Amino acid sequence: MSEVKQMVKELANQYGRSNESLLPILQGIVTKELHISEEAMIEVARELDMSAAQVYGTATFYSFLDTRPTGKYVIRVCKTITCMMHGKNQIIRELENLLKIRLGETTHDGVFTLLETNCLGQCHKGPAMLINELPFTELTPEKVRKIIIEYRNREISAN
Amino acid sequence: MSEKINLRIDNIAVSVTEGTTILDAAKKINIRIPTLCYHEDLCVAGNCRVCMVEQVGSDRLLPSCAMPVAEGMEILTNSLKVRNARKKIIELLVSEHRAECTTCYKNGKCELQELSSEYIVGEDGFIDLIPFKDYTIDLFSPSIIKDDSKCIRCQRCIRTCAELQSVSALTVSHKGDQMKVTSFFEKPMYEVVCTNCGQCVNRCPTGALTERTYIDHVWAAINDDRKHVVVQTAPAVRIALGEALGMPPGEIVTGKMVAALRRLGFDSVLDTNFTADLTIIEEGNELLQRLKKVLVDKDESVKLPMTTSCSPGWVKFIEHVFPEFLEHVSTAKSPQQMFGALAKTFYAERIDADPAEMVSVSVMPCTAKKFEADRPEMRSSGYKDVDYVLTTRELALMIKQAGIDFTSLPDDDYDSIMGVSSGAAVIFGATGGVMEAALRTAYEVVTGREVPFENLNIEPVRGMDNVREATIKIENPLPDWAFLDGVELKTCVAHGLSNAKKVMEAVRAGAADYHFIEIMACPGGCLGGGGQPIPTSPEIREKRSEAIYLEDELKVIRKSHENPEIVMIYEKFLKEPLGHKSHELLHTHYKGRSRY
Ligand code: SF4
Ligand code: SF4
Ligand code: FES
Ligand code: FES
Repeated sequence: MSEVKQMVKELANQYGRSNESLLPILQGIVTKELHISEEAMIEVARELDMSAAQVYGTATFYSFLDTRPTGKYVIRVCKTITCMMHGKNQIIRELENLLKIRLGETTHDGVFTLLETNCLGQCHKGPAMLINELPFTELTPEKVRKIIIEYRNREISAN
Repeated sequence: MSEKINLRIDNIAVSVTEGTTILDAAKKINIRIPTLCYHEDLCVAGNCRVCMVEQVGSDRLLPSCAMPVAEGMEILTNSLKVRNARKKIIELLVSEHRAECTTCYKNGKCELQELSSEYIVGEDGFIDLIPFKDYTIDLFSPSIIKDDSKCIRCQRCIRTCAELQSVSALTVSHKGDQMKVTSFFEKPMYEVVCTNCGQCVNRCPTGALTERTYIDHVWAAINDDRKHVVVQTAPAVRIALGEALGMPPGEIVTGKMVAALRRLGFDSVLDTNFTADLTIIEEGNELLQRLKKVLVDKDESVKLPMTTSCSPGWVKFIEHVFPEFLEHVSTAKSPQQMFGALAKTFYAERIDADPAEMVSVSVMPCTAKKFEADRPEMRSSGYKDVDYVLTTRELALMIKQAGIDFTSLPDDDYDSIMGVSSGAAVIFGATGGVMEAALRTAYEVVTGREVPFENLNIEPVRGMDNVREATIKIENPLPDWAFLDGVELKTCVAHGLSNAKKVMEAVRAGAADYHFIEIMACPGGCLGGGGQPIPTSPEIREKRSEAIYLEDELKVIRKSHENPEIVMIYEKFLKEPLGHKSHELLHTHYKGRSRY
């Protein structure tokens, strides 16, 4: 049995095989793999006896269920109107410069992915972004530089 | 639920049973409320909002397709408020729709276009968003073209594929302005579990899902003097074609259709019904042979129940979803493909034509037939057995293009040979028909007597119930079939792939002990096929079905084995059922496909 098959089976054993089990299983996959691959979706469809298209439809509905490979740290910058008015474009430009990637891309070392997302509920402290599950608010280009350096250093010491 | 509810719609009093929607209540008093996402065959989605009506005394507008009536309601379907809202909704839909109507295949038959024209949606609506959209046009399937830029996201197709077919090849993905109707990982339809049944095409209100048309290929062949163009017509075309040419549902137009095909310039106008009769002989004998091998020889490699194989949507479905059951599928080709194989061999010989210069065209109620004709196995004649498949709708369009006044055409007869057929063949077009036709022949082969049903009408397998079962007890068989004495032949009929799935699951679970199962991919059988005139509804299917059984009743010959051309083709060419020639030309094999 392939690793993915094994993982999906275990998640299905844990969360069940009904329609309602779909979301927790998909979340489980993201926790383990950072994204849900085509292969994983097929296995989920098989386990839950639904069509692969239905799994794909559900996965793509949620921005936090990535269906493309991502880096270890996924940066999601809020693109909604309040953050927009507070300068999210400059934030994104700064991140693109720092990471040498464009929006939607992953750094070649596989550490960072840069994405946009909808309102994070931090409008009073915009512009806001998330790195994986951690929010960062009232961003300025300078603050962004510090945050990225910190994450980079953490990576270096971890290796 | 029998409680009557009284309300007024546009100041007209109406009384309906509890639970009726406002839309249906209005229909009852002949008030039409426009709809887009609503379809009689499907569950209510309530997402398009064009069916909005006003309830007097309430601010909000109500979606009439989803809203049940309430006592004392006063509904206005055409107030200024309603009209303005509806117009805005249509304008919004149009702003996200590639409204290039003059170059659209659905031009003149599109429900969005009709509403836009009715509501005079002008150029001062919302800005056109199509240039900002990243859309895909999927041209890879031999059966179906999917053009996202025309999609209004009503989700009729998704509900069709899920509810009627249990396939769910299509889904909604993403959200907000990114939301789209798509397949798994947005792969081409050709690569996913789609069975090509075309039920979604039949229900799409716009040009987002259409059949792939071969009209121009066929015109080119007709106009090429070197080519001998042979056409065959499926059983279900003759009882539905009229609908696409201005006639009411349920008209039998066999004679006019033949006349029109001749006028279009086909060199031989022949009948798929002939090979439907042939299918019965081959498939019926295959069933008897399987019974013998299982009951007498105890041969474990031979599988029962046997299922029919004439519906290419069903064949592709079982290849994807129940590949472990492929040996249960009759090896007999569908009538279309038997016809194709014979056209370029037997028929070419008879009329002294060079098969290389022959073009074989079929007219089918079906989009899956286009895929079937393209299967690599379907070249037994040494050429592509069926070159082009047209749907009923495409034939209607060709008749219009040719300027023929269909309704005034005199009746004409098919050419011979391969033009004569029995009543058993015509009922292939209705769910249960293949079973009935097979029983009429098999029972007589085994017992020497006619099936014990009044006027040969095997009522238990007829009708529109999802799954129907019938048992026939065999008594006093002829000596050759003594082993069948006292055997109760158990049969089952299902139509629509979601019913097929239920039956196959029962078989897999060992909960069903059928000998023979008939399955048609489309609701109602071929008469409700994906290539049939639009709209198709339960009522229209009922009318088409009545026409089919009437056509059967009117035939002099009612049993496949009594068709004189069938008797002749065995004498002169095939020699015997399941014989060497049959295996070469009339039987096939299947391949497992991935379910995901
Ligand atoms: S053709 Fe049939 S199986 Fe394919 S997507 Fe349409 S409804 Fe589903
Ligand atoms: S493809 Fe057609 S039926 Fe399906 S959602 Fe789009 S417009 Fe509706
Ligand atoms: S708008 Fe950015 S957090 Fe709400
Ligand atoms: S037809 Fe009622 S909401 Fe679409």
